[in-house]
Amino acid sequence: MEPILEIRGLVKRFGSFVANDRLNLAIRQGEIHALLGENGAGKSTLMNMLSGMLEPDEGEILYKGKPVRFGSPREAGSAGIGMVHQHFMLIPALTVAENVLLGLKQDRSPFFRFKKACAEIRELSDRFGLDVRPEAKVSDLSVGQQQRVEIIKTLFRGAEFIILDEPTAVLTPSEVKDLFRVLRTLKEQGKTIIFISHKLQEIREICDRVTVLRLGRLIGTHSLDGITPADLARMMVGRDVAAPVRKAGIVSQTNRLKVTGLHASESGVPVLKDISFRIREGEILGIAGVDGNGQRELSEVLFGLRSKDAGIIELDGEALQRQQPRSMKEKGVAYIPEDRHKEGLMLQMSVEENLIAKEYRKRRFSKGGIISRRRMRECADEQIKSFAIKTSGASVPVGRLSGGNQQKVILARELMLNPKVIVAMQPTRGMDVGAAEYVHKRLLEASEQGCSILLISTELEEVMALSDRIAVLYKGELLGTMDRESADRDRIGQLMAGIRPNASFAI
Amino acid sequence: MSEARSVNEKAERWVKAVVEVLFYAGAVLVALLAGGLVMAAAGVSPLEAYRLIWDGAAGDANSVKETLVKATPLLFAGLCYTFAYRSGLFNIGAEGQIYIGAMTGTMAALYVPGLPGFAHLPLCIAAGAAGGAVWAGIAGALKIFKGASEIINTIMLNYMGIYLVSYMVTGPMKDPSGTLPQSARLPESALLAKLFDSRLHYGFVLAVALAVILYIVLNRTVWGYEIRSVGFNKQATKVMGIPVSRNMLLVMMVSGAIAGIGGYVEIAGVQNRLFQNFSPGYGYDGIAVALVGGAHPLGNIGSAILFGGLRSGANAMQRMTGTSTSLVYVIQATIIVLVVCNRYWFGGWKRRLIASLAARFGGDSRPEELRAVQAARETALNVNKGEGSR
Amino acid sequence: MSEEVIVSYLASAIRLSVPLLLAALGILFMSRSGILNIGMEGMVLIGALSGVVGAYYFGSAAAGVGFAVVVTGLVGLLFGFLVITTGADQVVIGTALNLFGLGITTVFGRSLLGMGQEAVRVNGIPSLRIPLLSDIPYVGEALFDQNVLAYASYLLVPAAAFVFYKTNWGLRVRAVGENPLAADTLGVRVHRIWYICCLIGGMLAGVAGCSLSLGILNQFTENMVAGRGFIALSAVIFGKWTPLGTMGASLLFGGADALQLRFQSFGIKIPYQFMLMFPYLLTMVALAWFSGKSKQPAATAAAYKSLADRNG
Repeated sequence: MEPILEIRGLVKRFGSFVANDRLNLAIRQGEIHALLGENGAGKSTLMNMLSGMLEPDEGEILYKGKPVRFGSPREAGSAGIGMVHQHFMLIPALTVAENVLLGLKQDRSPFFRFKKACAEIRELSDRFGLDVRPEAKVSDLSVGQQQRVEIIKTLFRGAEFIILDEPTAVLTPSEVKDLFRVLRTLKEQGKTIIFISHKLQEIREICDRVTVLRLGRLIGTHSLDGITPADLARMMVGRDVAAPVRKAGIVSQTNRLKVTGLHASESGVPVLKDISFRIREGEILGIAGVDGNGQRELSEVLFGLRSKDAGIIELDGEALQRQQPRSMKEKGVAYIPEDRHKEGLMLQMSVEENLIAKEYRKRRFSKGGIISRRRMRECADEQIKSFAIKTSGASVPVGRLSGGNQQKVILARELMLNPKVIVAMQPTRGMDVGAAEYVHKRLLEASEQGCSILLISTELEEVMALSDRIAVLYKGELLGTMDRESADRDRIGQLMAGIRPNASFAI
Repeated sequence: MSEARSVNEKAERWVKAVVEVLFYAGAVLVALLAGGLVMAAAGVSPLEAYRLIWDGAAGDANSVKETLVKATPLLFAGLCYTFAYRSGLFNIGAEGQIYIGAMTGTMAALYVPGLPGFAHLPLCIAAGAAGGAVWAGIAGALKIFKGASEIINTIMLNYMGIYLVSYMVTGPMKDPSGTLPQSARLPESALLAKLFDSRLHYGFVLAVALAVILYIVLNRTVWGYEIRSVGFNKQATKVMGIPVSRNMLLVMMVSGAIAGIGGYVEIAGVQNRLFQNFSPGYGYDGIAVALVGGAHPLGNIGSAILFGGLRSGANAMQRMTGTSTSLVYVIQATIIVLVVCNRYWFGGWKRRLIASLAARFGGDSRPEELRAVQAARETALNVNKGEGSR
Repeated sequence: MSEEVIVSYLASAIRLSVPLLLAALGILFMSRSGILNIGMEGMVLIGALSGVVGAYYFGSAAAGVGFAVVVTGLVGLLFGFLVITTGADQVVIGTALNLFGLGITTVFGRSLLGMGQEAVRVNGIPSLRIPLLSDIPYVGEALFDQNVLAYASYLLVPAAAFVFYKTNWGLRVRAVGENPLAADTLGVRVHRIWYICCLIGGMLAGVAGCSLSLGILNQFTENMVAGRGFIALSAVIFGKWTPLGTMGASLLFGGADALQLRFQSFGIKIPYQFMLMFPYLLTMVALAWFSGKSKQPAATAAAYKSLADRNG
């Protein structure tokens, strides 16, 4: 069968970073094609090129057999390619009809054909079972309804080919069911759909074929008939790192951190459900799982950045009442955030100032409210040496350092606290192999000195190489904690896909 | 190697500072040129006018002193804007805070009698600071608790402050022995002493001292660290365990206090009475002062003197030629535009200049982006080497 | 109170509201598209001066208005260039514009038109009494014995409402003010919308200035706008960013202004300064009240680089 869309040797670079490396892909008419990959694998870049948000540096896109080049989303739209972004491109203050009509040039007249448009929207809504009222204000709609408005926007513009970027990330389970029903209707009526996700179970349920991306490269395209979720998980996260191996048997029996029955929610939707675990002194507990299953929320609750609905967090046997970043810091909890630039560093401030960001008030660095520059510099020089931070000086703004060196600054700052517990969220994301290994080495050293570490990572290899015990986070629930000896990739891969032992598929 | 590095670092910092200063000087020149064009269009000889301005601003010792008199309130206003700006807040309300500070300071001066000078004057200055702090604090609190824009609210508070003072000097605070809408004369104990037998008063010294203090606070103290951190990245600051909202409110209040002191100093040093419209927009000029001073407390001193000179020179010019002192506003506006648009217009040009000069003086000539990329590559290589030897 | 007093109060309230309303509509167009213009004060001043200069040199009030609109339209485009294309901070540029307006109008006002008693007076915009309508008791004379600019401002309110809510272009303006990225992905040319709104804002500032200088005083005096640019901004906020609300707020604030003038002349004890504070106080209360209720265009004062400029 002729592919409706074909991609040949597509390359996109941002500076020296290759986001998409010579991708080849063919999408068939009328299929639902999954695009699977972790954050940063290059899915969004690829889709932004298809929808005209970005232009490729090399390679070509063939649509219906003809080479095309889209300079803007509008050009892609008029060719029949529509995109539903993960973060909706809707204007909440306007009505559905206004959102749909915005930017259309079909009418010659400068006035809206409001009634006509409403009728058309209603007709589309009925045909595809979208259940959207054109007069409603978008801000009054539920998230699921807003997403259907986005779909209507593409259909109204005559889209034959619809790209959905992580459409289920923001939906509740019942809304997911509704979305899948709509997608099936669309497929029946001949539309082609690209479904971007990293949720394996959903892909299995709705898609015909799947293409896996990892680190900007295309790993393979497969029919979903002959492939297990565990295979997919491996294709998506697998990478071979010669990581340092964890020495076994140094863990004491004293509980350091104990979490019991932790619940949290985001605007009414539960994001963490009954999480319980314990970490002993000097132990590393690895939390594996596909991105977006509650990792971020768990780390935020533990560090006091997000409030919990229920549950007890105990540190050294003492229950922590009211968590705030400051009190957690003082209790000896270190935090390596997922997003270095947003949460980890003040990019315009110098390396030395960032290094003391959690201790500037301590005697060591300030007296009578005045910061000792000499001590700050001494400390910075020491840390720069000890962590081999590549910088032309301690007074250089930290934003000028490379990503790996920025992470070293964070690591140095957190380890300086001699923490009892480190909550490390994706500590090596986006780093090259060498820098990642260095981070691993320092984390292992810290644990050997008695520090307990909660390592949350979507990279299975990382979790398996470092952890004493491994648990899997799936849809806000912690599934099957296991010792490293009894953990094998297949079992973890199944759990990551939501396949519980002795249980049927959970959606 | 690390020594060579630090030499480079120093050379680079110097080159950068020199280029920045040159840039600001250039902006001032261009603005003067624009002012000249305006004058030419209005039928005044620019050369003659600038000669008069120069004479009026720096022609002799007296004009220099007059320049410093005019620079004093500008410096307070500039510091007010600078301080808030460094923590990411826009305090456009220096004008209103100046009025309120002048009012509360005058109240302390007139209605707390019988104190000796060493106690009375500080009390009045503190009262001025408190007035300004409250006025700015209103906008700060609305920002933190209600999320209302501090920009709009400080503007609104400007006019309310001006009208409040207008009411006070026509009503409750009106000098009972006179007919003019102004307060009674401040008692000697509440006045600022004069310097060198001229109109120049200790307020200027106070302003400069304040600039130095603010510099130290911002760059050396724990609190300054928190303020800058809030200004750069609120979310990360929160993650570090530093209180964000509380600092924002405090900064806003201190910023207002600075303007409030400036208001009282203008009364106690120059006017000696509170009256309507005593500030011809010092608060707004403060924004220009802060921008030209690079939002750096010490830089503000230079730019305040520059604008003070323009003002006192323009006064002289107005006396001689009848051209309005308002010309200064045109020059100020042009400088503001040049300074805030500089990244768009001169960013690339400036970076190249710094890089090439730094190379000549032994610094690192690579552009910043390239440096980051190469540093990353070096790291990777080194780590790989280490791995090989293991 | 006699009918005469009420009628004359209403007439002066309307007269004082017209400049506010015109300037506020200019700000409204800009802020609906997401541009915060705190430089309206300076723009209106430039408009007021240009109006008189135009009327003086071209010999008619109409030509004066035309000239003012051209000049302030250009000022609006300059403002647009600085904040849109160079991405400079809107607050700072707005402040600079106020300083610039005050400076340049004072210098040119003196050199072109003279000052004080000798200042040039021109023929103002004549009043136009509309028959029948002006005979309505109380409000008739106040509303329908005004100058052409007043009538224009009455018509501009429904016109603006029509443009915002009934045309494709108005939809785009509102969309850009809420979420420029979303509008851009749908093919709306964000920067062009902004430039057009700046142009409209500037032109209306010119008309507003003329309604002060040619409509009320028939001459230019230094700093004659006296904070009305900021009151206009207040009117937009207090009017919840809608044309009708803006008109209501302008009338309220103009009415307060007229009232304080009357208080002063009648020697009524309420200090007139408190009446003058009224618009600003109301605006602060309104702003605190609205915030979190998303009345303000969500993307206010947000710098935005269009998608077309982002590649590479």
